[in-house]
Amino acid sequence: MTGTSQEPIIDLTDLSVRYHSGNQIVDAVKQVSLTIAPGEVVAIVGESGSGKSTLANALIGLLSDNAEVRTGTIQVGGEDMTHASEGQWRTLRGRVVGLVPQDPMVSLNPTMRVGRQIGEAVERARGPRGRSLDADVLELLEQVGIDQPVLRARQYPHELSGGMRQRVLIAIAIAGQPELIVADEPTSALDATVQRRILDHLDVLVKGRGISMLIITHDLGVAADRADRVLVMQAGRIVEQGPPASILRAPAEPYTRALIAAAPAFRAPLSQIGAKPVTATLEILRFEAVSKVFALPGEASWFGRGPKPLFQALDQVSFSVHTGQTLAIVGESGSGKTTSLRIALGLDKPTSGRIIFEGRDITGLGWNEFRPLRRRIQLIQQNPFASLDPRYTVFESIVEPLQSFGKYTAAELQARARQLVDQVRLPRLALNRLPRELSGGQRQRVAIARALALGPELLFLDEPVSALDVSIQAQILDLLGDLQRDLGMSYVLVSHDLAVVSAIAHQIVVLRGGRVVEHGAAGQVFGNPQAAYTRELLEAIPGRVA
Amino acid sequence: MTTPDFTHFSPLAPAYDDRTDSDDVPIRSARLRRWSETLSLLRGHPGFLLALAFILFVLLAAAMPTLLTRFDPYATVPLEKLRAPSLLHWFGTDELGRDLYTRVVYGAGLSVQAALLAVSIAFIGGSTLGLFSGFFGGRIDAVIMRLIDVMLALPSLLLALVIVTAIGFGTLPVAIAVGFGLLPGFARTMRAEVMRVKTLAYVEAARLGGAGWGRILVNHILPNASGAVVVLATLDFGVAILVASGLSFLGFGAAPPAAEWGTLIANGRKFLITAPWLPLLPGMFVALAVFALNHISRTLEEVSK
Repeated sequence: MTGTSQEPIIDLTDLSVRYHSGNQIVDAVKQVSLTIAPGEVVAIVGESGSGKSTLANALIGLLSDNAEVRTGTIQVGGEDMTHASEGQWRTLRGRVVGLVPQDPMVSLNPTMRVGRQIGEAVERARGPRGRSLDADVLELLEQVGIDQPVLRARQYPHELSGGMRQRVLIAIAIAGQPELIVADEPTSALDATVQRRILDHLDVLVKGRGISMLIITHDLGVAADRADRVLVMQAGRIVEQGPPASILRAPAEPYTRALIAAAPAFRAPLSQIGAKPVTATLEILRFEAVSKVFALPGEASWFGRGPKPLFQALDQVSFSVHTGQTLAIVGESGSGKTTSLRIALGLDKPTSGRIIFEGRDITGLGWNEFRPLRRRIQLIQQNPFASLDPRYTVFESIVEPLQSFGKYTAAELQARARQLVDQVRLPRLALNRLPRELSGGQRQRVAIARALALGPELLFLDEPVSALDVSIQAQILDLLGDLQRDLGMSYVLVSHDLAVVSAIAHQIVVLRGGRVVEHGAAGQVFGNPQAAYTRELLEAIPGRVA
Repeated sequence: MTTPDFTHFSPLAPAYDDRTDSDDVPIRSARLRRWSETLSLLRGHPGFLLALAFILFVLLAAAMPTLLTRFDPYATVPLEKLRAPSLLHWFGTDELGRDLYTRVVYGAGLSVQAALLAVSIAFIGGSTLGLFSGFFGGRIDAVIMRLIDVMLALPSLLLALVIVTAIGFGTLPVAIAVGFGLLPGFARTMRAEVMRVKTLAYVEAARLGGAGWGRILVNHILPNASGAVVVLATLDFGVAILVASGLSFLGFGAAPPAAEWGTLIANGRKFLITAPWLPLLPGMFVALAVFALNHISRTLEEVSK
């Protein structure tokens, strides 16, 4: 597909970008050279802070005011845009370069109908269209694979799902028939199967129109599946580049090797997952036909009369967790996995069904009756950036559960805190830090230490690594695995990411729309999935093919 | 063992502890550090220091007026009446020959007392109501908030006039009246903050860690919700000074011989043409105090972000 004879669309030579903020100087991009030929799909892979987004912003003239291009040139569509004005950029954006932004949840104007937002992009790129504008908008919506385009065009963003919003953003990006699409983490906010469908669709669009695409991603799997050429960025430099097959098979750089080793998709080949022994051990927690029905707010009639609309979050869900093992609950957003976790923790009451903890029915326990169990059942929350009180030092956070449960002397608390930070492999001097001085991975370690403080036997993990970088994810998953081995804890892992699940699960429950569609040992579910939905989920893991 | 991701300490964080990783790393509370960090941030704001200096001067005047002037605020000197500002009488003298600067300094006592009392009533009453309302929600919230709505519906000066008329004239009634007028703002702010903090992940984490609601309220919700309320208190301190002076200007405050900012302006009003400094200088003094408090509260708000 690479037309070497043609002039490249993007030609960066020796580009360096530096940020000034206060007295600090950050060199985000260092001497990067990059060309993208017409029809070529290039992926830039790197972790947060590697400079990949800065590079993308430089290509569309969206560098922030405190950024300075120190050396090098930026050529877009044959024109030198290194020091171009906003007006010059505006002639290029949309027509030569289209951007698919990162987060579909916040990238659309919430007060404007979707059709008008696309129409705006069309008119900006091609001038006033008059009556034919509506037809253009519908055609674009059809092209990006949205059914019922006439209806969708009249809807507001909040009425669309995340996947549909991302499609709308793609429609806006291709509205001006650009020669290059820059996709900045186009699907990282979406479920795996939706992600796969959107990326497939982008592929088709790009190939069909013969345009080029630049994918910015932290996910080596996505890059390997989609790109003709993969560039690995680290600390502002391109450390390695080449076709995906050769990068994956024979990475030259240690950093690339570390990235590959860290990417969950490449960690455990499917054949090895079954190797985890599923020995028959005691049952610690059992769900017996648990159902949960929520009454939806808002639409009920006044004074509570008339039937309220209901939502079946869980429907006859049964599973059991064994001591020392990990049960993974897998499903996409809205599948009921968080609800089942909240019910197990006693935060919500089930509508019907029973929850048995060590042979004891804990379904109807009130808060005070449940309290003694808190010593034995703990939770690791999803977002380590929100789960720590910003005013508490690490020490204060870790010992809080101990203080709630009993009287300890200061010396006992300190000794226990030191032991806990050792267990989660944080340096001891981190005890005096505040959360804002810690990275995401460190915060999650603190949250783990806090959950371990009471010595629980059952630990709930609510998407424990979804907010973290890939290489940090691997470290945290390793830590969780080691802790399970050392302390003999049972885990219930809730995740949408099958790659993460494959790393530590013994048993897997696949949920869809509140129902269990598949339940079995990890090796069996991965190796020989019974339900069509499970197969779809497995195929959606990026990077499996390579 | 150090983890590889331990290099990303925020650049904001100074190196507090360079000692090696050993058993005797002292574990300290965060309280002292928070204060010293806030102070070092505030030192970068020269306007803030100026405003703070003025407010400290006012507070000193309220506490120990004798340190700031050697005149007697009540000693009349008929020969020296209505003198323009000079080196001897910095703000001039009034119609009975009393030194105006001295009267402003002594007046700070009553005005600051009234404002402090008013803000305390509003702060304690409003925060408590807001805390209960936001924390318990449901019926308690509905009842408290409808009461607050009723208070908000009445113009605060009118409400103050009614209260003062009902319970009598003087500094204390004025303070109570002003305090009630300011109370709804505190209740609403506190309620909104409590409702925000209550749903945060770390509150749930503490709850699952076995902490009772009382413990969570005192350790997590109050400290994290009170920032905005403290800022509001500084701001409303200025408002309270203004409204209290306004009420005493209208004659509801301290009785005439006593020096109070509002009464000083009210008395000087009669000499606006012949001796303009009589109403203008105390007026500017009040305005400066309010500006200074506004500036302090705005800086605090910026720093706390």
